[in-house]
Amino acid sequence: MQIYLPIAEVSVNAFTLMGLGGLVGVMSGLFGVGGGFLITPLLFFIGIPPAIAVATGANQVVASSVSGVLAHMKRKTVDFRMGGVLLAGGMVGSGLGVLVFNILQQLGQVELVVQLCYVVFLGLIGAMMLQESLRALLRARNPSGRRRLHQHMWVHRLPLKVKFRASGLYISVIPPLLVGLAVGVLAAIMGVGGGFIMVPAMIYLLGMPTKVVVGTSLFQITFVTAFTTLMHAVSYNTVDVMLAVLLIIGGVVGAQIGTTLGARLRAEQLRILLALLVLAVCGKLALDLFLTPDDLFVITTRGS
Amino acid sequence: MRAALLALMMLMMPAAAMAQGAGSTMPTDPGAGLIPPAGSGPVWPLFPDATAPRGPVTEPDGPTEQVVAGLSNSAVAITTSFDGSDILIYGAVRRETPIPDGPLDVIVTIEAPSQPLTIWQKARRFGIWVNTDRVDVGAAPSFYAVATTRPLSDILATEWDNRYRISLPLVLRAFANAPQVEDALPYTQALIRLRQQNGHYRLEEGAVTLVEDTLFRTDIRLPANLIEGDYRARIFLLREGAVIDAYGAAIEVRKVGLERWLYRLAYDHPLLYGLMSLAVAVIAGWGASAAFRKLRRA
Repeated sequence: MQIYLPIAEVSVNAFTLMGLGGLVGVMSGLFGVGGGFLITPLLFFIGIPPAIAVATGANQVVASSVSGVLAHMKRKTVDFRMGGVLLAGGMVGSGLGVLVFNILQQLGQVELVVQLCYVVFLGLIGAMMLQESLRALLRARNPSGRRRLHQHMWVHRLPLKVKFRASGLYISVIPPLLVGLAVGVLAAIMGVGGGFIMVPAMIYLLGMPTKVVVGTSLFQITFVTAFTTLMHAVSYNTVDVMLAVLLIIGGVVGAQIGTTLGARLRAEQLRILLALLVLAVCGKLALDLFLTPDDLFVITTRGS
Repeated sequence: MRAALLALMMLMMPAAAMAQGAGSTMPTDPGAGLIPPAGSGPVWPLFPDATAPRGPVTEPDGPTEQVVAGLSNSAVAITTSFDGSDILIYGAVRRETPIPDGPLDVIVTIEAPSQPLTIWQKARRFGIWVNTDRVDVGAAPSFYAVATTRPLSDILATEWDNRYRISLPLVLRAFANAPQVEDALPYTQALIRLRQQNGHYRLEEGAVTLVEDTLFRTDIRLPANLIEGDYRARIFLLREGAVIDAYGAAIEVRKVGLERWLYRLAYDHPLLYGLMSLAVAVIAGWGASAAFRKLRRA
């Protein structure tokens, strides 16, 4: 069933979009990532102009993370104070990101920068997560070496310390603010929630317990992507609500399935799965950058 | 008698009214597309002067053969389930004299409104492919289709092509700004190649059926990815490479219903539109969460 998107001005298959949303929804519930890092490139592939893919991707992430964060609030696995600090950083970052996005669009380098960002971030984080979860899996098999609660790093020597009770942490607000800021910039430029950056950063940099990481990141993502959606809609009219609705219909159903699945699977196994997935997307995007393209010319019009 | 009356009407009609007439389809206003008699009426500027109304060019000799044509639809409505539209263009050749010797040919073009665009060339920098050099085109049609009775090169002489800008490269060259690179040719070639690949630029030789040198018809498919605006259909009658008559009509392409409402809201009240998009997202997210909780309890 073809459907004409009013803002993107392209006609696409509605079931393709719903399937896409569903796939990403399952991942959202399972891993606590918004899934934007998959949906934005996939929207490029089916011919949605990049600016609209990014802005609408952000809108879709709002829906999938709302349903995710509600599920986590019921299980009391959201650290609201930490979420608030991350959110403050995220708002500032999102505002900056929307400005940078506009500049890149004028330079005609949006796609390149977005792809480069994906390759670099996904590559680094995928490798880190894979290494860490493999190590954790080995440790689980060999229980003699007991693990410390968390390691003390440079992060813990900064001023402005605050107690984060739900996370069992007493650390400076500066690192979470910076993490939030970075994620906000990525949300605006890449149309992602930034969960794939934030989840590892919370675990490895802030030392938060895995149990509250997913819920807290979803909490921050919901508000930062909502803010980003508004910014894109008001400044550049690039949010396509018809496209978003189709992605959301698939996404909300997928998210519930993912959350249910996630409660039954073990955290280490989940993280290996996510790491492999992140590396796969990274590899695909890297190939596109390094291999000689089919056509050396590309056309850009306003709005793409 | 009727033809004489029409010629008289055309002399009296002001230029604006003529442009209006050329915009409608043939059956309602048969005089619209005809070439005015020599030395009379307004002198039409050459297509594609964007500011002036387009129309036929004054010819030294009055034509002996004229196009009478119609379109299956003069308006295309973009609805939610819009996935392209077929336009049937049909017509006949009107003559006061017997059919002259030699082959008669027909060219039909449909042209979308023009948009500015940029053509980028990629080059390898530090191992990755980057957009490096650019050529800005002030305005190029987002869709352009040419249908002919026979191969274009056999039926259209270069000077006539230059005059009416019928073939694809000429449609573009007419619109291009001064290029910022040494050789802009590969860029415009790439534009045509890429748009031909995705079906937005089309040359369909032999797609016009001409019966008894009098009746002709062709179907042109408008793609699903249409932009809004006034599309222009042109019909050319040719003999020995020369255009002997031309006819123009407009096809109005508009979003309707929900499409139109969303589009207008997005541009006229972007904040409201953004908030609505968010509300949809939150309600869908929360609704699904609540529904699943109920489902699990049951």
